[in-house]
Amino acid sequence: MRADDTRGQSALLQALHLDPPLLIGLFTLAAIGLVVLFSAGGENVELMVRQAVRLGLAFVVLLLFAQVSMPVLARWSPWIYAGGVVLLVAVLVMGEMGKGAQRWLDLGIIRFQPSEMMKLAVPMMVAWFFAERPLPPRWWEVLVAGVLVAVPMLLIARQPDLGTALLVGVAGVFVIYLAGIRWRLLLGLGAAALAALPVLWHFMHDYQRRRVLTFLNPESDPLGSGYHIIQSKIAIGSGGLYGKGWLNGTQSQLEFLPERSTDFIFAVYGEEFGFLGALTLLIVYLSLILRGLYIAVNAQDTYSRLLAGSLSLTFFVYLFVNTGMVTGLLPVVGVPLPLVSYGGTSMVTLMAAFGMLMSINSHRRLLSR
Amino acid sequence: MANLHAIKDLHLEQRMFGTRVIVAGVIVCLLLTLVLGRLVYLQIANYKYFTTQSQNNRVRLVAVPPPRGLIYDRNGVVLAENVPAYQLEITPEQIEDMSATLAGLSTVLTLTEIEIERFSLALRRKRPFERVPLRFNLSDEEVARFAVNRHRFPGVDINARLMRHYPLGGTAVHALGYVGRIDERDLQRVDADNYNGTSHIGKLGIEREYEALLHGEVGYQQEEVNAQGRTLAVLERQAPQPGRDLVLSLDAGLQRLAEQELTGYNGAAVAMDPRTGEVLALASMPTYDPNLFVNGISRKAYAELNTGRARPLFNRALKGQYPPGSTIKPLMALAGLEYQLTWASKQMYAGPYYMLPNDERRYRDWKKQGHGLIDMGDAITQSSDVYFYDLAYKLGIDRIHPFLAQFGLGSATGIDVPGESDGLLPSREWKRQVRRMPWFPGETLIVGIGQGYMLATPMQMAEFTSVLAMRGERMRPRLLMAVTDPASGEPTRLEPEALEPVSVRDERLWQQVIGPMEDVMHRRNGTAYWTAGHDAPYRIAGKTGTSQVFGLGADEEYEEENIAHHLRDHSLFVGFAPADDPRIAVAVIAENGGGGSRVAAPIARRLMDFYLLRDGGADQGAMADAR
Repeated sequence: MRADDTRGQSALLQALHLDPPLLIGLFTLAAIGLVVLFSAGGENVELMVRQAVRLGLAFVVLLLFAQVSMPVLARWSPWIYAGGVVLLVAVLVMGEMGKGAQRWLDLGIIRFQPSEMMKLAVPMMVAWFFAERPLPPRWWEVLVAGVLVAVPMLLIARQPDLGTALLVGVAGVFVIYLAGIRWRLLLGLGAAALAALPVLWHFMHDYQRRRVLTFLNPESDPLGSGYHIIQSKIAIGSGGLYGKGWLNGTQSQLEFLPERSTDFIFAVYGEEFGFLGALTLLIVYLSLILRGLYIAVNAQDTYSRLLAGSLSLTFFVYLFVNTGMVTGLLPVVGVPLPLVSYGGTSMVTLMAAFGMLMSINSHRRLLSR
Repeated sequence: MANLHAIKDLHLEQRMFGTRVIVAGVIVCLLLTLVLGRLVYLQIANYKYFTTQSQNNRVRLVAVPPPRGLIYDRNGVVLAENVPAYQLEITPEQIEDMSATLAGLSTVLTLTEIEIERFSLALRRKRPFERVPLRFNLSDEEVARFAVNRHRFPGVDINARLMRHYPLGGTAVHALGYVGRIDERDLQRVDADNYNGTSHIGKLGIEREYEALLHGEVGYQQEEVNAQGRTLAVLERQAPQPGRDLVLSLDAGLQRLAEQELTGYNGAAVAMDPRTGEVLALASMPTYDPNLFVNGISRKAYAELNTGRARPLFNRALKGQYPPGSTIKPLMALAGLEYQLTWASKQMYAGPYYMLPNDERRYRDWKKQGHGLIDMGDAITQSSDVYFYDLAYKLGIDRIHPFLAQFGLGSATGIDVPGESDGLLPSREWKRQVRRMPWFPGETLIVGIGQGYMLATPMQMAEFTSVLAMRGERMRPRLLMAVTDPASGEPTRLEPEALEPVSVRDERLWQQVIGPMEDVMHRRNGTAYWTAGHDAPYRIAGKTGTSQVFGLGADEEYEEENIAHHLRDHSLFVGFAPADDPRIAVAVIAENGGGGSRVAAPIARRLMDFYLLRDGGADQGAMADAR
């Protein structure tokens, strides 16, 4: 009976194109996220319920994307990409103001963030571009791919939304990397990018420059922008090995920690659950990433491979940028801790990405059968 | 687009992809290790440091100021108390735009410029996260008005604090002094740690002298605060030790009477119990309201109190230096007896003036025609100047100076109120040092009638009168009579402090001087008989005095009507009663009051009546209601 049940369940998962290891990891993260959010949000049940609803909706998106087979997705890629770029331009032209930056497009019923969509559209597009070509790519193909990445990235940076621009760019660059760009060319471009940093600095907004400066020396401005980093480090550091216990983090409960439900939620977690808790969380993340890379390696066509690899690595970048920021390794960039931070938009994008990964995995099996 | 159809080597591609993923995976693991390393650094290596930081964040050590000790008079009348008062306080760290906040507040509470000025001053001196008071003593209406608008002013609070209050207003202000807000200089004379949280300190008088007793020991409490600095809970508390209550020897009724009697004059009255040195009244007129100073007085109001002839801030009782005039004559007489230069019944002819050998100058008597043939008793009773010119001449300044010094003239009495003046008891030495001139014999004559260089404070006059009353026993004048014990709450009475007594060769000499002082009051030709002594139901020994403000030329006459009021003579009186069993010694001076018998003597009489005749004439002296 039991064996039948299990087989029945896995058959159901199979039918829905769901991948059990990824699913377990995602549910674990979502559960941890809700628990920490309850504490970070000041035991606000309503906040938690809203997040749970959002997770549910995102899961539906995951289910939908899991059903879309890769050839179909590949065919859509250029259209989605082109549509996304048009919307980005539209946002810049007529987008409404929000938080001092233009990111939202009001479609009447829903407010839509095209830059979020580009996190998926850019790697899809670049993967589509490389899919039918012999790899490794020649230099001009790299150049074209680079333009495909750079255009939306610059549009998003203009909004200005440095964090998302970075993640979009990174997703595209990962595809180029996985497509087999020559190491020498890669290193050369890397060096060029480093050399371009001063130019980038020149184009930065004041608040972005301040963040970088504050990152370099947070104590220089303990009450201003450095406050976030200092308080976050205190929260995590005072958590110690075992943590202060759930709901007992003084830094977060007494509101010393800013943005504790959103970007800085990892600090709350680190304070209340300590090093061991943080280690556990990182292991869950790592297993998701490794599972994603495993799916990529076993994917059966170039498009799937490139897309799966890029999405997995981008997921890691989320994690690294966020934890790096919260622990004071990196400057403060508004990147949420994936699936744990409070907030909806990025969650939908992430779940869609995992839906794609599951689709790649399950459709491969179907094909191989 | 020819390239599109170039051959794809799927195996090569897959192998290469595998390598790329492995490289990427390794980098992922390395970067995650970096994050883990960072977590080890923060959570394990520096755990202690960050724990301390987190504690410092969340726990605030707040000083709890001790309630200041109360001050009572000898009968338990409260002279200084603490009353709860609402004050508006601002935590500057929580204010984004101070000038906007102040502007907003002034629409609700109408702030004055002085308040804002004082606030900005306090702002510069404050400790981090300390609340700075903006307005003290809010009325109920103001509290209500602010409460309604509170949401508009984050970082602004109303707190109930204990405020020093002097219920009798100006009464005894020159003895009590007042408290005021602590400034930098104050902090240098106290243990700054003990004054954490204390906003006021004794600035003058008893409040300053006994600051250490009145203040108490600061307490502390650990408060848990959130990021906005709001207190969430008190974690630990070490209660402050309240200041000690003081019982003063002052008699509030007598004090008030003295001030009332002197109203209209600039002057002073000091009454003390000669047996113990307890000061019963220490009045300096005019007075002022010490409550004005508690929370800072405006510059203009201060200037008004400190300029002009009246200068209410000036403590005449302790700092006013007046020529003691004829009040000194009993002491001169005693010196003459002590040095056997004369005897009580020895008669001399006192004409209208006195002249030194080989000197043309006439030293005039206040009585135009002179007193005729008089003995020592007559000289005191009628206050002959010529008699004492002669006696002073015979004594010489070198004997007068040390003799009078024994009575406390020329040096501060040591009363427990800061800032007392020394007065001036001139000597040959003094004149050489200060004036760089030799002593002239004529100056000795002037000293003999308490004029010239000689100056004494009303306190000193009361002191030498007490010594006379006690026939040589000398007590240090003191206002503090008892201090409450912190444990039992019971007042502990202080022992009187005896000073070096004045001894004369024969105890009977005292009576030879005191007898005539009684005659001043009770004999028909005594200078204060008609104005003060004739109807007294007890025996008083007294001496009137008139001290010149206006230097008259040798042959000029003093005519009151022709002299501006502020140049008129000061009216003085010293005396004690009952003469044979003294319980009260009094010195009164009314500036520009004219003759001593007319103004000062009746005031002294009424003070004595009040003190001796009240409650059947017995001084309770008790601290019946001291608690």
